Amino acid sequence: MKRIEAINDFVIKFANVNGSGSASANELFAKAVMRMGVPVSPRNIFPSNIQGMPTWYEARVCEKGYHGRRGGVDMMVAMNPQTWDADIAEIESGGYLFYDSTRPMPANKFRDDVHTMGVPLTEIANNAYTDPRQRQLFKNIIYVGALSVLLDVDAEVFEKLFAEQFKGKERLLESNIKALHMGRDYVKQHMQAPLGIRVQRADNVGDQIFTDGNSAAGLGLVYGGATVAAWYPITPSTSIPEAFQKYCEKFRIDPATGQHRFAIVQAEDELASIGMVVGAGWNGARAFTATSGPGVSLMTEFIGLAYFAEIPVTIINVQRGGPSTGMPTRTQQSDLLSCAYASHGDTKHVLLFPQDPHECFTHSAAALDLAERLQTPIFVMTDLDIGMNQRLCKPFVWDDAKEYDRGKVMTAEELEAGKPFGRYRDVDGDGIPWRTLPGTHPSKGAFFTRGTTRNPQAMYSEAGPDYIYNMERLLRKFKTAANLVPQPVFRNAAEPTRLGIIYYGSTTPAMREALDVLDRNGDHVDAMRLCAFPFPQSVSDFIAAHDKVFVVEQNRDAQMRSMLINELEVNPAKLVRVLHYDGTPITARFIIRNIHDSVQKELV
Amino acid sequence: MTFIAKPRLHHPTLHTNKVGYTRRDYEGRISTLCAGCGHDSISAAIIQACWELDIEPHRVAKLSGIGCSSKTPDYFLGASHGFNTVHGRMPSVLTGANMANRELLYLGISGDGDSASIGLGQFANAMRRGVRMAYIVENNGVYGLTKGQFSATADRGSKSKKGVINSDSPVDLVGIALQLGATYVARSFSGDKAQLVPLIKGAMAHGGAAFIDVISPCVTFNNHGGSTKSYDYVRQHNEAVSRIDFITPGCEITTHYAPGEVVDVEQHDGSVLRLRKLHADYDPTDRYAAMGYMQQHQERGEVVTGLLYVDPLATDLHTAMNTCAVPLNTLNASQLNPGSQALEKINATLR
Repeated sequence: MKRIEAINDFVIKFANVNGSGSASANELFAKAVMRMGVPVSPRNIFPSNIQGMPTWYEARVCEKGYHGRRGGVDMMVAMNPQTWDADIAEIESGGYLFYDSTRPMPANKFRDDVHTMGVPLTEIANNAYTDPRQRQLFKNIIYVGALSVLLDVDAEVFEKLFAEQFKGKERLLESNIKALHMGRDYVKQHMQAPLGIRVQRADNVGDQIFTDGNSAAGLGLVYGGATVAAWYPITPSTSIPEAFQKYCEKFRIDPATGQHRFAIVQAEDELASIGMVVGAGWNGARAFTATSGPGVSLMTEFIGLAYFAEIPVTIINVQRGGPSTGMPTRTQQSDLLSCAYASHGDTKHVLLFPQDPHECFTHSAAALDLAERLQTPIFVMTDLDIGMNQRLCKPFVWDDAKEYDRGKVMTAEELEAGKPFGRYRDVDGDGIPWRTLPGTHPSKGAFFTRGTTRNPQAMYSEAGPDYIYNMERLLRKFKTAANLVPQPVFRNAAEPTRLGIIYYGSTTPAMREALDVLDRNGDHVDAMRLCAFPFPQSVSDFIAAHDKVFVVEQNRDAQMRSMLINELEVNPAKLVRVLHYDGTPITARFIIRNIHDSVQKELV
Repeated sequence: MTFIAKPRLHHPTLHTNKVGYTRRDYEGRISTLCAGCGHDSISAAIIQACWELDIEPHRVAKLSGIGCSSKTPDYFLGASHGFNTVHGRMPSVLTGANMANRELLYLGISGDGDSASIGLGQFANAMRRGVRMAYIVENNGVYGLTKGQFSATADRGSKSKKGVINSDSPVDLVGIALQLGATYVARSFSGDKAQLVPLIKGAMAHGGAAFIDVISPCVTFNNHGGSTKSYDYVRQHNEAVSRIDFITPGCEITTHYAPGEVVDVEQHDGSVLRLRKLHADYDPTDRYAAMGYMQQHQERGEVVTGLLYVDPLATDLHTAMNTCAVPLNTLNASQLNPGSQALEKINATLR
């Protein structure tokens, strides 16, 4: 029988039941492989449910450090009888099946072309423990122990991880190590190990950190100086305010008084959460909300107010599968249009596209600066794939010399000195007016903020010229924004080419791998990663410099392509759709296949 | 929504208050509401209350939703920042503003459509949270700007100007505020300035969520026979539970009443609400009794007014959240940012 042979390059998938405590065991496995110096990128695949339903953890072990989903499964850890048939069918020919053999399974439940390893996990756990919860939790550790021998992961890395995790809790530490070795010993006694796929020590993890985008965004908002958070729970964004709270409790409580330098309100709905952010932004506090597509739909009236009345607002949108309730626990990049043009009338909003947790941190902090500089809503467009999965990425950095950019806020001293103030007047030519905060000066600088039209002095006016002045100024401001937002990242092909490719956000890891392969195969394409909307001049230049440009995205309607056509007046025939939108993260294999076929066609 | 500037002539005999302002300094632009609108009387009462309270006008932030009532913040406190937000959502904007700067006084102006119809959810939740504010609903039971449709506070059986009878039960904002934990709940009538001004003063000096439902007749669309929100109806059915005087902290109390006739309620800031009881058995510090009393009298078609409930030592959302004494909007990077060393430690835990 064929046997998949691969060192530091395979996909292992854990099929579990949610609520069984498997998540921490699976994470332990991934971390142990990384402690061997081998990068791992895991993904949680879970339904919208709390207990009893199937859940999967798919970990890609890849020495080269490609973090995109690969596709295909080399080894299945089948812990869920409910999904057995589908899980077994998913294994690549020559791959491996690991299962709990306590209860015998009929022969027709197995595959001839798959190597099968049964360990009586339940039996081992039941013999060792009497408490039902312990039996369940340690069964997970036992399978991790068994796998560690099969895949050649050193026991010491686990022991060290346990020691860090259970520092000061000696009993837990001991019992976990004991369970690990129960699994290891069983495999050593009964099976041939290691398998054809295995882990070998390497040095490709370096100083990278392993974290999820939502935690990183929460931390970025603390570093960026957000003081007011208002939110309403919605998957997959909920862990952002939770992380913000956790880090605030660690860093923002005055040690002398115990008082908080933050305020977090769980609102009654998304309308209220964005309303609170608008109120706080109007009043000069850095404020944010985190939500997902349905929440943005509810917020659109307020987003229009914040655009028109020019109020700093930061919105982290962790995108999920739409429309409607859609696929709430699956990933997509399908809120671009609904965010870029959110609300009625002529509106446009700034979007940032982080590629990984590191950028969730930097972009969330940057969004707070941009919101105050531009006095407008800023969206950080992350998604479930980045937000809810841990990913290896560059460590977080912060420059202690950096001050927050509070934008154009006129002070009491400036007003007192007679500096002229017109809330909606463009005095600097960049479209950004000056504002005052409530309570600044006893007799100067007060104005009435409203969603209705006004003249540059903030007086109600429906006069055409006043309206046009304001709307044109807002466009000028948007143009200014194009140069303030994170700029595109370019990567040229190994050889000159007439073909280009555009991508953004969570597509990046798969694209990095795909571009390496395409280059190696002689399918040369120049690449541009978009980091923000509005588009700076360099985006038009890139498109103009190529005959055909692929736009790779994770939605049905090619939303980024529409925005490029709409904003830059690009000939639509020039922009080729490459779309992946089934709710799973896009793979390098998918991109390579699509681009290769098209490249061959284009070159003929 | 004003096109005419108000002349800024100050009569030399105008009195200044303790902070050096005349009553005129608390005015705004000229009202564009209909002549005789109850809302203009409420604006006048707000001006009077703020002047008498010696509040510096710029220390007030006035917020409103959408509708006739929500236009009024333009017509008072011209030196204050104002925010005319979106329909029914003023409470959330005010909550956020309050979180950002706990040192300002927050005045929320809304209407019955704004708070009881489209904005019922936000109204209810703002009361629950105990946001420190004076929340005034200018209640006329009707939509003015869209010309006379019933709002959710219109009484069942009341008649519209076009002769339609309302068949829906009314939303009782006072009842909801009492039930959901507002700590200062009052009802008044725009035509009774002597009652309204001290109620507003008490609300602005209150330490938590203060709500005043002010019946404010719409002269254009809801002031006819068959309406229960007309001047005539409210005058005939007004049942005041007490007369109220507001006494600022440190003021000498000179008037004397017989024992049992008055109740002095001292608020957290030392101000005193002196209630001259009109109903001997009414206890304005008993929330549950107030709820029962209101419902019994409402059943009889009476409009109960006055200070209905007060928790004089109420605290607010900032107290519940234990936020720092300094306004959050004044904190700088050195107070907010944990710094690169702390970040390096976090990095170390993620490896």
